[in-house]
Amino acid sequence: MSGFAALLARDLRLAWRRPGDIAVVLAFFVVATVLFPLGIGPQANLLARIAAGVLWSTALFASMLSLDRLFAADYEDGALDLLLLAPWPLELAALAKCTAHWIVTGLPLAVLAPVLGIAFGLDGPPLLALAATLLIGTPTLSLVGGLAAALTLGARRGGALLALLALPLCVPTLIFGAAAIESLTSGEDLGAHLAILAALALVSLATTPWAMAAALRQAGE
Amino acid sequence: MADLHFLANPARFRRFSQRVLPGLTLATVLCLAVGLYLALVQSPPDYQQGETVRIMFVHVPSAWLAMAGYGMLAALGASLLVWRHPLAALMARAAAPVGACFALVCLLTGSLWGRPMWGTWWVWDARLTSMLLLFFLYLGHIALSRAYDESERGDRAAAILSLIGVINLPIIKFSVDWWNTLHQPASVAKLGGPAIHPTILIPLLWMAVSFLLLFVLLVLVRTETEIDRRRLEIAEQGA
Repeated sequence: MSGFAALLARDLRLAWRRPGDIAVVLAFFVVATVLFPLGIGPQANLLARIAAGVLWSTALFASMLSLDRLFAADYEDGALDLLLLAPWPLELAALAKCTAHWIVTGLPLAVLAPVLGIAFGLDGPPLLALAATLLIGTPTLSLVGGLAAALTLGARRGGALLALLALPLCVPTLIFGAAAIESLTSGEDLGAHLAILAALALVSLATTPWAMAAALRQAGE
Repeated sequence: MADLHFLANPARFRRFSQRVLPGLTLATVLCLAVGLYLALVQSPPDYQQGETVRIMFVHVPSAWLAMAGYGMLAALGASLLVWRHPLAALMARAAAPVGACFALVCLLTGSLWGRPMWGTWWVWDARLTSMLLLFFLYLGHIALSRAYDESERGDRAAAILSLIGVINLPIIKFSVDWWNTLHQPASVAKLGGPAIHPTILIPLLWMAVSFLLLFVLLVLVRTETEIDRRRLEIAEQGA
């Protein structure tokens, strides 16, 4: 476990020292989201209805954008080889890197999304629900995206390929995340949607670290 | 298992496939001819759907084959990762595009059938969406296995992906039971016997068998091509 904490602290420190990397991702999130009101037109009720889906989709794109460097830097400078040789499980190392990714991407996205939601005419409970779904849902994006990043390590056209692999696997999270916010207006149970999001996050937590470790091992060979 | 290991040797596999291919080709052509005759000429038009029901004879077998093909990819992926089965990688490489084509045929014929029956080319319900995702998973597998300079790495990365993606198969199968969908529920493989009349069921089964033969035939031929391609790569590296 000390290895996990050390790697997590290292990745957070690296991210902290280059805040520009996170800022670019968040700026992309804001700009991409703002395109929708501009493209669709400023009808308030239409914007309020599509807000959840738009914010979830752009959050998904933003987290894909930040993923292709997740393992690449370590792969290039040889740190990955040391992780492979380290006496503690590679699964935990992969999990630590995904956790760091979530803290520097998923968490800020979940905080920023309600602010953008206001611009879409959401208020009160829907804003809170939006933040809650993103908080519960973004770990899945980091884990599944981390798997795609591990699989495409060293591949040609890595970035586009990463999105092609990860986006289909993220669809369930997107569907239930966006549907949760709609459930407030349709009178369905919000808790059920949040429970499904949490279940998806737990399933990816239980499966992806092993797949990531397998992918990293074959990348290190 | 002994047979699988017997065929793990590419040269032995090649001798096996060369022996099987002529008969298999003949069987596929004959079966497809009988199936198409029964499906397009012999079987009666549906009392509600009229002639459009015949789309089903292509749509349903391709859906089955697309799903079975992905299951096969996952099995091949597992045997590559567990036993380093040398032929599994080549066969997965050969099978993925074939499976993707069946998935595409399923989606396109479904769309053509949906227009007259449902009044729309496409609806975003669970069955259609999960089938579309299966198609994307196939595309991801094809792209990933060909994205590396060393083919072995692509093979193994794609094998891991296929094991994760196989989660989608039960979702497709049960999507019509779990959610309220426009797509009809399972009517052939269900408890208490099929819910469709023998005049339609028998041509459907003929078509399913011929699609299966076609799938096996295409995969065998493409696997041979992959063996040749891999040999060429090795020869080029040696030169």
